[in-house]
Amino acid sequence: MDRRGIRLQGNQLRPVSDATTVCVRGDEVLIADGPFAETKEQIAGYDILECADLDEAIEVAAKHPVARFGKLEVRPFWVE
Amino acid sequence: MRPDVGDEVAEAFRQEWGKVVAALIGMTGDWDLAEECAQDAFAQALKTWPRDGVPRRPGAWLTTVARNRALDRLRRGATETARLREAAALSVPSDPDLDDDSGITDDRLRLIFTCCHPALALEARVALTLRTLAGLTTAEIARAFMVSEETMAKRLVRAKHKIRDAAIPYRVPPAHLLPDRTAGVLAVLYLLFNEGYSASGGADLVRRGLCAEAIRLARALSQLMPDEPEALGLLALMFFHDARRATRVDATGDLVRLEDQDRSRWDPAEIGEGVAILDAALRRGRPGAYQVQAAIAACHATAADAADTDWAEIAALYGELARLVPSPVVELNRAVAVAMADGPAAGLVLVAALDASGALRGYHLLPATRADLLLRLGRRDEAAASYREALGLAGTDSERRFLTLRLAELAGPG
Repeated sequence: MDRRGIRLQGNQLRPVSDATTVCVRGDEVLIADGPFAETKEQIAGYDILECADLDEAIEVAAKHPVARFGKLEVRPFWVE
Repeated sequence: MRPDVGDEVAEAFRQEWGKVVAALIGMTGDWDLAEECAQDAFAQALKTWPRDGVPRRPGAWLTTVARNRALDRLRRGATETARLREAAALSVPSDPDLDDDSGITDDRLRLIFTCCHPALALEARVALTLRTLAGLTTAEIARAFMVSEETMAKRLVRAKHKIRDAAIPYRVPPAHLLPDRTAGVLAVLYLLFNEGYSASGGADLVRRGLCAEAIRLARALSQLMPDEPEALGLLALMFFHDARRATRVDATGDLVRLEDQDRSRWDPAEIGEGVAILDAALRRGRPGAYQVQAAIAACHATAADAADTDWAEIAALYGELARLVPSPVVELNRAVAVAMADGPAAGLVLVAALDASGALRGYHLLPATRADLLLRLGRRDEAAASYREALGLAGTDSERRFLTLRLAELAGPG
């Protein structure tokens, strides 16, 4: 698939136990352990970040426009 | 072998465990390795201290032994260049204080802010702090949170994996994040103090080291954040409790009721410090749960004798506390205060409501309180039944002896 130019990119994510959910309500950045609580919630898009640590990823996620009304799930790639 | 060396190692464990683990995490970045090497260092102390004597600076000795052990392990396990580099870096003591701008230089505070990171579940933060900072066993923590040891072990493993794999930084948060991260740290310190003040199991009711540790960390925190009134409130609260430590149990280790405690032995310096800190906190005009609890403790600590206690004020403060943090335990305490202010029958009404709600099922202080109130109303048979119910639920030997004594008094001539 890679050779035919169909698969453009892909990465394995770490398990949901390493996920952090971020949203902004009012002026407050809300941070919670784990993935989206509701499985019926839809994934609307993704961003790939290069961050020094989780705090940096959370700060970037909190500045995303969707954070004000939706939720962002921050999840690391499997790097080994 | 000197018989007391085991005690000295135990004391060193209480005082130094968190420092050794915190330093080792700082050096290796590996939480499991840090804990294992700290354990090895204490095992080594048990072997060599009886023979060579206790070193002048036990903490430095333990940290050095643990660091050398980590170095050995990394070298032995080094199959990749990265691991070798890690081992090489370890042999030069690094200065972890250089990589944060928070002004806090205590390794344990770096550890506690990391343990209390909001990306971890709250129960995981508390458990992790008690394990890594205070050195409580998984079994002790499991008991404190009323879950099985297996569940608690899984919780700790999962939290440590998340710190590593999601890259939660090992540092005191930068200034703009500090206020948000403080509430979680305060909650952990309060639990830590309580763990020391009324130990979760066994005969050792007062584990001085944990309380001192909690006070030390709370003081450092309140100095770092002088404008955070809840940090001051928590520190004041700890001082009021700690001031009564010497009179809380008698020579045989049995609990002594507040009204029976010898107030001349309460520590006036600690009470004075508590009052000054609480006043400073209240002047900010932003009351919170810790400040209200400190105000309640101040009512007790500053009363000349038990009869002089301002129970109406205490009942009102518990009402305020229940508004800030609704909880059945707060409600039980309010019932006791109302009973003192308005009579046992009024308190019994509140206890009956708590009984009916079932919120405190399994908590020995509910039937014990009911028993006290029934006794004061002269309903001796019902009181005895309630004391027996409490006895079946009590967790420590000291609590059981206290309740057995009450029962014996009841059986005697009255």
